[in-house]
Amino acid sequence: MTNESHALPGPGALAGVSAARRRLRALPGVAASAPLRQALVPWLLPIALVVAWQAAASLGLLRSNVLPGPASVLAAGWRLTLSGELADHIAASTARAVAGLVVGGGLGFALGLLNGLSRSGERLLDSSIQMVRTIPHLALVPLVILWFGIDEEAKLFLVALGVLFPVYVNTFHGIRTVDAQLLEMARSYGMGGLELFRRVVLPGALPSILVGLRYALGIMWLTLIVAETIAARSGIGYLAMNAREFMLVDVVILAILVYALLGKLADVVVRTLERRFLAWHPGFRDA
Amino acid sequence: MTAITIARDPMAVGEPTAPRRGVGIALLGVRRSFGPREVLRGIDLAVEAGQFVAVVGPSGCGKSTLLRLLNGIDAPDGGRIAFERPTAARIMFQEARLLPWARVADNVAVGLGPRRKEPGAPARVLEALAAVGLSGREADWPAALSGGQRQRVALARALVSEPGFLALDEPFGALDALTRIGMQSLLERVWREQGFTAVLVTHDVSEALALADRVLLIEEGRIALDLPVDLPRPRRRGSVALAALEERILRILLRQDRDQPDYMI
Ligand SMILES: Nc1ncnc2c1ncn2[C@@H]1O[C@H](COP(=O)(O)OP(=O)(O)OP(=O)(O)O)[C@@H](O)[C@H]1O
Ligand SMILES: [Mg+2]
Repeated sequence: MTNESHALPGPGALAGVSAARRRLRALPGVAASAPLRQALVPWLLPIALVVAWQAAASLGLLRSNVLPGPASVLAAGWRLTLSGELADHIAASTARAVAGLVVGGGLGFALGLLNGLSRSGERLLDSSIQMVRTIPHLALVPLVILWFGIDEEAKLFLVALGVLFPVYVNTFHGIRTVDAQLLEMARSYGMGGLELFRRVVLPGALPSILVGLRYALGIMWLTLIVAETIAARSGIGYLAMNAREFMLVDVVILAILVYALLGKLADVVVRTLERRFLAWHPGFRDA
Repeated sequence: MTAITIARDPMAVGEPTAPRRGVGIALLGVRRSFGPREVLRGIDLAVEAGQFVAVVGPSGCGKSTLLRLLNGIDAPDGGRIAFERPTAARIMFQEARLLPWARVADNVAVGLGPRRKEPGAPARVLEALAAVGLSGREADWPAALSGGQRQRVALARALVSEPGFLALDEPFGALDALTRIGMQSLLERVWREQGFTAVLVTHDVSEALALADRVLLIEEGRIALDLPVDLPRPRRRGSVALAALEERILRILLRQDRDQPDYMI
């Protein structure tokens, strides 16, 4: 037993842990609220952080011109909500994000389909796309400002360019890795053309396409933050930059938090899509 | 596609109760090469309607190739394959090849082809599932089934269109011994009920002898042995008659390795 104690925990050790857990659950009052407790666990750390942040601000440990407490950030948020400014900026940012995603994601999806389904399409286009892909799209910011100034096209262009590649790469890969045995089976049952695409190719590629969408949403917000802080007259990024000029630190922090919330919202959307469309997949089954 | 509805008469007795829907098949000098490799070098074969033929032979001898030619997934380089009349031809593989994103019933409906939208389709799907003993599982995802259950769904999918010909390429090769025996009796039962012509490729000589009317041995691209198995069904595993036939086939299969001395068997 002594030399085993330095090795990986054996089954005996694990059994000990689970026995301890069972004892914990057996405590009165703990077992009853188990599902609720499960749902609360992910929130413990964020809540603790906010409480600590507020405490540090109230105790004067944080200077309010460096990092105001959550209460002042909330107050700033309330002020901007009442004046309608916050809603306007969020709407402007969201509209840009969605437009860029639709244009760039749509183009990436179409190119991925084309090159995934046709070898000649791949030969013609893939190496060029891969070449353009190696340019970080944010490196184009100066050029885009020269071309479009701070008009809407500038933001749209950058976001669309940013989301195009993850959607393209994952759509292409998803289609190319559809199980060849399934394709042979479907063809032997007389499926072909559009039906084969709709019932075998697309569902087979969907897990990969959704991974692409998830990446694309991350890049979408990132691009928008950069574009709006540099060249915009509305949007969350503009709100933050404008507030910086007037030293409104609470509004700057509010803008950052709004970005975080929007990013989280996008993530929830993808998760919902996954749960809806990949219900057949053991990896996405509801827990 | 010809659709022949089968009247099942529970009062009828004796061998195949249903009118034969199986189709006769004739092969004449069928050849197939891959590059310089001549895999099939002239196969002549006549399969009677409703016959159960098993094909054995060493790995790589062209058994799967022959099945793909019979099913029209692949085309011969020479010779002719003729079916007595047009019929749906189906094939089952070692893997069930179910669509993971379609529920069991939808997977079976794939077997109906374009006719899956007809009003009678759902009833036929349920009937096919019942025939393979999977009633009640129609709303499950394939991922929720065991390997043997998945193969049964694949069998239901193959049979739902009431084909005249079913090819099976080592369909039970990936199953454990007990499940395999269960699947063999299931296959024998549906074959006897439905009367399609069956060609089964297998590595398992005793499986071939348990199920087939006739065992073909393919060697070096030709039919090296065509052995009728005239034993009553259902056959008793381990019976003396089966053992004698099995030894005869194994003897030929092992002989082809000329370096091995005769006393290997
Ligand atoms: N598409 C193909 N392209 C090239 N060669 C092929 C192809 N299909 C089969 N072959 C070759 O034809 C030969 C016969 O293959 P086949 O799959 O028919 O063998 P098999 O008898 O089914 O073997 P096993 O028992 O291992 O399944 C093999 O040598 C194989 O390499
Ligand atoms: Mg094979």
